[in-house]
Amino acid sequence: MKVTRRDLLTGAAGAVVLGKTTRAQTRTPVDPTKVRGTPTSAMGQRARTATPQRLVRGNISSTPHQDLMGIITPSDLHFERHHAGVPEIDPANYSLLIHGMVDRPMVFSLADLKRFPSVSRIHFLECSGNLGRVAGPETTPGLLAGLTSTSEWTGVKLATLLKEVGVQPKATWLLAEGSDAAVLTRSVPMAKALDDALIAYGQNGEAIRPEQGYPARLFLPGWEGNASVKWLRRIEVSDAPFMTREETSKYTEPFANGTARMFSFQMDARSLITYPAFPNTLEPGWVEIKGIAWTGAGKIRRVEVSTNGGATWAAAELQEPVLSMAHTRFRHLWNWTGGEAVIMSRAVDETGYVQPTRAELLKLRGPGTAIYHMNPITGWVVQATGNVIYKQEPWG
Amino acid sequence: MRRTATLWGATISVTVAVTGAALFAQAPARFGFGRPATPQEIAAIDIDVMPDGRGLPPGRGTSAEGAVIYAAKCAQCHGKTGTEGPNDILVGREPRTGFQFAQNPKLPHTIGNYWPYATTVFDYVRRAMPPTAPGSLTDDEVYALTAFLLHANELIAVDAVMDQSTLARVVMPARQYFVPESRPAPPKPRP
Repeated sequence: MKVTRRDLLTGAAGAVVLGKTTRAQTRTPVDPTKVRGTPTSAMGQRARTATPQRLVRGNISSTPHQDLMGIITPSDLHFERHHAGVPEIDPANYSLLIHGMVDRPMVFSLADLKRFPSVSRIHFLECSGNLGRVAGPETTPGLLAGLTSTSEWTGVKLATLLKEVGVQPKATWLLAEGSDAAVLTRSVPMAKALDDALIAYGQNGEAIRPEQGYPARLFLPGWEGNASVKWLRRIEVSDAPFMTREETSKYTEPFANGTARMFSFQMDARSLITYPAFPNTLEPGWVEIKGIAWTGAGKIRRVEVSTNGGATWAAAELQEPVLSMAHTRFRHLWNWTGGEAVIMSRAVDETGYVQPTRAELLKLRGPGTAIYHMNPITGWVVQATGNVIYKQEPWG
Repeated sequence: MRRTATLWGATISVTVAVTGAALFAQAPARFGFGRPATPQEIAAIDIDVMPDGRGLPPGRGTSAEGAVIYAAKCAQCHGKTGTEGPNDILVGREPRTGFQFAQNPKLPHTIGNYWPYATTVFDYVRRAMPPTAPGSLTDDEVYALTAFLLHANELIAVDAVMDQSTLARVVMPARQYFVPESRPAPPKPRP
């Protein structure tokens, strides 16, 4: 048993040391209506028995979608992808420099950023490599597609700051640079910067988490996560893309026609059944199939669910509010009468774009295609025993 | 009575409209928050390099100088000759013809076969390498390492000097294969 800080604080570690009783046994025997509960506290915590965790794999950690409800990802379960760890930044020393093809190069402190008119928007953020090439039967929803999360982001519109510095007419791109040890950089088209880009300092009602870019980050709604540079320290306005390592050597997609695509920013429509999935076991009877759908193109218009391996599809119920470029929750009631069944979901976005099958996607892109921007329909096999496993499909 | 009520309604509407205009003031052309950046503080962190060479600092380096630095600071992660790993494989020109990375996902994306711009090597090494001490290399050392990696990939001569004027002129074989985003907008299928 792992001894947590909370165990030490509450004395439960004593039971661990004695090794004769489990933690659960020491905590549950009392009738809660007969004993006064714990007092108020300055900082709340999850219930002791609610223990969702990110799945950590090297410099990536995934959101455990199988443990979540609703559309907001708890901030401490938002996925992570770092290129040189999470930096520790003193907000008092934080500054954002905007320079290059501008009339007035300027430096903004965190307090300056917060003085500007603010906006809050609920959006997903998804890594462009959000589908594992190798996924075995024992793949959970978090392992399959845990590199997408949704938060309410609060900040100042980048357009507001660009107006403040006076972008020159020739400017068409900007460079966003982080102050992590990778000093990560991406080029962003000026049109996006002036449209809906944010410099975000808030996440779900509080300061952005360090893993998500504290104290301030770039946020580009609907676009591949890597371009939303965290720990933003500098923006350089220019007349061409900078061709950084992250937009040439990485985050590009080779095609069968012998080319590689750069700057494929927008994330396409996708859906994911989060229940039932591995490692759930079903009893025959009514099952509420649950999941999330999202698209960088705007709102999800429809999600369809199949319980017979794609032979027929039925419209799932969408939970309001359906927000633009945000996770959308869907549900579908299914009476499982036993026997093997394959359950799948597919999203249709507001443009009418239909989430493709893997075969359709691979046909468009070529065999053995890259790991980025893969949004195929995925499914789960409900075995006759009730055990649910990931429906494996060949990559190409 | 009826006429009076209508008049009252009109009066209220006008009042609301006026108050609304007063509450939602027009944003100013500029807020005046923040402060002007000095040339010195811009220069201190303006480290990016563009494909046309903009941003390259003074300095110089050769492959022979770079080999010494590579052995000391890079080989442990990228291998003795840049082909062994365990981290990214940096050296290799296969396939010599074509660009068959989709058909063969096991092909390593090296500097010689996949990186479209030589300036990116300088930019990335200067900002992020080595991971144990990022930003610690001098500009001469970065030029030398860049020369070493370009020569190892058979892209420049062994005695070529990399500097502000020569680096951006190195033509990378992969350059011709990179294309900007060209997917049709949804609802069309998106490759």
